[in-house]
Amino acid sequence: MIDATLTNLLAIQNETASSLVDVPGTWTIGLVLLVLISLGALLAAGQTLKRKPESHIDPAILRNFNKRVTSWLTICVMLVIALMLHRSVTIALFGFVSFWALREFITMTPTRRGDHRTLFWVLFGFTPLQYVLVGIDNYDLFTIVIPVYASLFIPARIAFAGDHKRFLERTAKIQFGLLICVYSLSHAAALLNLKLAKWDSAARSWELWESDTYGLLFFFIAMVQVSDILHFLWDRLFGRHVIAPVVNATKTWEGLLGAACCTSLVGMVIQVVLPVTPFTWWGAGFMALIISIMASSGSMTMSAIKRDRGVKEHGTLVMGHAGVLDRIDSICFSAPIFFHLTRFFTDAERHIAQEVIEQSVAAATLGMSCFSFMV
Amino acid sequence: MKQVTVPVLAALAKVLSGATVRWIGCEPETCQRIYFANHTSHLDALVLWASLPKNIRNLTRPVAAVDYWQSGPVRRYMATVFNVLLIDRKKIKVHNSPIDMMLREIGDVNSLIVFPEGSRNLSGKMGEFKSGLFHLAKKRPDLELMPVYIDNLNRVMPKGEFLPVPLLSCISIGAPIWLESGESKAEFLQRARKSVLKMKDS
Repeated sequence: MIDATLTNLLAIQNETASSLVDVPGTWTIGLVLLVLISLGALLAAGQTLKRKPESHIDPAILRNFNKRVTSWLTICVMLVIALMLHRSVTIALFGFVSFWALREFITMTPTRRGDHRTLFWVLFGFTPLQYVLVGIDNYDLFTIVIPVYASLFIPARIAFAGDHKRFLERTAKIQFGLLICVYSLSHAAALLNLKLAKWDSAARSWELWESDTYGLLFFFIAMVQVSDILHFLWDRLFGRHVIAPVVNATKTWEGLLGAACCTSLVGMVIQVVLPVTPFTWWGAGFMALIISIMASSGSMTMSAIKRDRGVKEHGTLVMGHAGVLDRIDSICFSAPIFFHLTRFFTDAERHIAQEVIEQSVAAATLGMSCFSFMV
Repeated sequence: MKQVTVPVLAALAKVLSGATVRWIGCEPETCQRIYFANHTSHLDALVLWASLPKNIRNLTRPVAAVDYWQSGPVRRYMATVFNVLLIDRKKIKVHNSPIDMMLREIGDVNSLIVFPEGSRNLSGKMGEFKSGLFHLAKKRPDLELMPVYIDNLNRVMPKGEFLPVPLLSCISIGAPIWLESGESKAEFLQRARKSVLKMKDS
């Protein structure tokens, strides 16, 4: 009797485990190919325009455009390679990008001698810790370790170092850098952890969404990039009312709204053609809208920081560096919002009977515990 | 052994300091040069040395104080790896001039890295230059004097810290200067100092 139940349980576990296999689904592969091909096409178009001196496009804009497309292509290729290797590689990749971005952020903000040890712990303590927590899928901790523990640690450590000059300013700078570069960005990697439910309109009930979350992550990254491109195009073609000329002379209200609406449309189309997310078509459109607005807010914020530090419009934050932070500002701002909205609307735990979840959680923890040793 | 440790240590220094090297108005050359830079961190000599292209690096020797680089086995080993030219600050006499020793050591092959401020300053402002650079320029007018500005390294590893914070630093190397005919020591040192400061803003 007990044997039978045990075998039964194991069978169920194996079944759920196999549905959580780390293999991207057909739709995800389709989306990845679509993104890579369109980025390649944009790159080719940009390069062709560069070779044609008779075209009426401002060479500075074209150069900026080409640089952006090249860096997006690099990001996507790196992400695809990481996704193909292992979930942990993807998370480590995000961790490395966070580290580098924070390094750039701290470099451009003046700090004092008294901040040295704090910075050491922020870079080598909290940054890896955040990604380990994402890796072992400890939702309770990874959502609070930086807002609570790090936020309190930073001012205390600076106070212990015994330098009170511009204390609040210095504390705020380090906290902000950690929040944007590490905490926010880690939510993009945390998308891989989500266990989601899908509304089955035929059966009129929620059912477990049995697909890989790579698609979700790639959908998110693709939406941010689409939004960036559309914002750029709308600004150039229809931009009339500049939002804040002193902060950014090129970003317009038309660009913001146009990009948001068009990104939303693109999101809907992608969801209909390649259903990589558990959302309905209008749900995907709404998510894309939010992503686009947050992405624009992110680049505006980074522009404000750059202006404050006296960096030129198209200049990089750190002299002579490629500027990772420049490229990921839009991702940083939209990642936590997208993560939490997705979790809020389609979290499996809220929608589906507890036992189904427990089985998949058991299978997942088994996987996670192996993973935690690998980090 | 050195074939392995030198590239590894050079790579480590570059990764830790995130150093970008900018050659402004000049190109990396293997001709004999004196790189003179501002001095703000222990890492200055190592990072500047590591940032040079390999063929130039092999010909270039940082000049440093013997009392610092001979204290402790790690530093002593590092000094041999980086081929540091050690100067004893306490035994400087007329017949034992460090300038003559430097010139003797470099012969007509090697280049040098010097820090004319003498010791590291903590204020963040660049100090006045000591006269060594002038004497080097006077005795060997054929040497190219390259101004170098090292930015941010003092934040990577400030004085008295042993844990590095790997921020991004920037090394700017400018067009060479020479001692003009009839130029006084004070004038030359002022001009040399200004040429380093100019690299900061370019």
